[in-house]
Amino acid sequence: MHTETKDHAELATVFNKDEARVDWHDETLWWIRQKRDKAVNHLPEWELLRETASQIKDNVLSNLAGYLVQFEENAQRNGIVVHWAADAAEHNNIVLGLLHSKGITKMVKSKSMLTEECHLNESLENNGIEVIDSDLGERIVQLAKEPPSHIVLPCIHKKKEEIGDLFHLHLGTPAGNADPQFLTETARQHLRETFLTRRAALTGVNFAVAETGEFVVCTNEGNADMGAHLADIHIASMGIEKIIPKRKNLGVFLRLLTRSATGQPITTYSSHFSKPREGTEIHIIIVDNGRSKQLGREDFRNSLKCIRCGACMNTCPVYRRSGGHSYHNAISGPIGAILAPNLDMEKYADLPFASTLCGSCSNVCPVKIDIHQQLYKWRQVIVQNGYAPAGKKAAMKLMSLTLSSPAAYHMGGKAGRFVMKYAPFAVNNKLNPWYKQRDMPEPPKESFGEWYAKNRKA
Amino acid sequence: MNVGLFIPCYVDQFYPGAAIATLQLLEKLGINVSYPKNQTCCGQPMANSGFEHLTGGCNELFIKNFAEFDYIVAPSGSCVLHIKEHLHSHEHENEAAGISSKIYELSSFLTDVLKVESLPSRFPFKVGVHQSCHGQRGLHLSQMSELVAPAFSKPDSLLRMVKGIEIVPLNRMDECCGFGGTFCVAEEAVSAKMGKDRVEDHLAHGAEFITGVDMSCLMHMEGILNRRGSKVKVIHLAEILNAY
Repeated sequence: MHTETKDHAELATVFNKDEARVDWHDETLWWIRQKRDKAVNHLPEWELLRETASQIKDNVLSNLAGYLVQFEENAQRNGIVVHWAADAAEHNNIVLGLLHSKGITKMVKSKSMLTEECHLNESLENNGIEVIDSDLGERIVQLAKEPPSHIVLPCIHKKKEEIGDLFHLHLGTPAGNADPQFLTETARQHLRETFLTRRAALTGVNFAVAETGEFVVCTNEGNADMGAHLADIHIASMGIEKIIPKRKNLGVFLRLLTRSATGQPITTYSSHFSKPREGTEIHIIIVDNGRSKQLGREDFRNSLKCIRCGACMNTCPVYRRSGGHSYHNAISGPIGAILAPNLDMEKYADLPFASTLCGSCSNVCPVKIDIHQQLYKWRQVIVQNGYAPAGKKAAMKLMSLTLSSPAAYHMGGKAGRFVMKYAPFAVNNKLNPWYKQRDMPEPPKESFGEWYAKNRKA
Repeated sequence: MNVGLFIPCYVDQFYPGAAIATLQLLEKLGINVSYPKNQTCCGQPMANSGFEHLTGGCNELFIKNFAEFDYIVAPSGSCVLHIKEHLHSHEHENEAAGISSKIYELSSFLTDVLKVESLPSRFPFKVGVHQSCHGQRGLHLSQMSELVAPAFSKPDSLLRMVKGIEIVPLNRMDECCGFGGTFCVAEEAVSAKMGKDRVEDHLAHGAEFITGVDMSCLMHMEGILNRRGSKVKVIHLAEILNAY
């Protein structure tokens, strides 16, 4: 690939140098997948819920402009200020402008993958604004100066001992203390001070209800509420696809979201924000950042149905064994691999290939996105747009010529088996990636075609 | 009924035993089977690598070889799925569509078309069944652990007709083995790790053989087994069903 950063395969190779850690990462996420399985099997209507959610989102995507305008009108009627941002830069400038207008230099932020996608923290810090992430996992990766490795479990790649070391360094906990309860209490005290002193709070949006102009933020820690309730100004950032038509649709989506994400029946807090309290302001920034372009790609538009549950990551056998950072994108895993090429096809040309196309992702998806089919289709688009390495192109042309001609195929097969039998060193060497950890198949004395010609004379 | 036997390229070249067992099994069931000798490959290796536009030659060849048959049967879920989903032709689209609807992976042909209810087979060993992803999630040969739906498995129901066989349980009933076509070399580290983990599950449960409907997954796991010097063997489903 023509990328300056390492590609998925290289980053995954680095991750796999510590096999015990790969096992730990795999088991941790598989445990969450199993929790999900237990939770969904309690609902006999699970597949109907998925189908219903999928159809609601299909309707939203087909009528997006209308629902967005309806949402804007209702939100404004409720006293919420609505902003529109075409891309990440516009979004970040709107946030900065709002903070400047109030003379605010410190902001608390609850979890929002959209702000990760827009690199908001970096942008604000470059402009002298201090941002503190209040989601515990986000706070941990922020202290480590790393991006989240998972959209729901941002620090799932970190062991508790490593978190203890980080807290020792940044929050003054005793060296070597990795007791989760102690560390959580420390974070709680540290964040409590932040909540009490911040005048601005930014949250994400899980669902924006068109018919009422309200939006719903789901957290397990209550940190979005704590931030928003204590601040003078609450800024909520949402992608254009977060719309649902009616409040009653939450009865479908809230049941699906956390069962899919962590195996809980519902998030601890599902907070509805509909109007600002006396003397405070709520601003919503509705962000496109490539989404309308994706909406225009017929094969990929329904990736916008995603409700960011992360189930596709937990079930993905590749994600579990390569870690979120190997996807070098804010959104990792299978869903990240079909969203990222839309933003920058060259930079993310490797991601749709970081899959065996096993299809487990599509099966766990609560809104039935055909993720693995889209991975296949992105591969075609990426090659058609010229982002395949030259060596691969040449190999594929040769393969196509050989397999299109029975004579060339029979000769090639015979020659290949001959080489493997009499010159195994030609394939059993370090230039052959298969051979590094796997033996080559034993070449048989004849192919099936040759056997058939001898044994089943017409 | 005239059945065309489709033997995927790598089975033809490396695993003739699986192909012979498929042929013999169908013959024993009284089916008129023939093997068109000019067949090569379904085109999947190119298509899954993003080069579906280079599969025209394979597609035309496939149509030429197989259009005339009542059914086409192959000992592979993956190649059958590829034909079902991606076989197209500018000049022979009707024939292509016909092939897509009459091509069967072996276990589904035995279960759904021939409706086999008993087999004279015997295989007195402990066997781990690998659910190949394309057979399972693509062709729905077995129920998938992600869904809330009743359990079933076409390969397992056939294996249960075999005398003496003991099917071992697995911790992860349908996790991918990591082969993935060119993924196995392009993403060598993850692919090999997935293969090792899958093999470990079978070994931990005492399997003497690992079977499945796709030789490609089995080839991957065989590579891992042989590298670690294990005595456990891989064997295609057809070879067990054809065993006495």
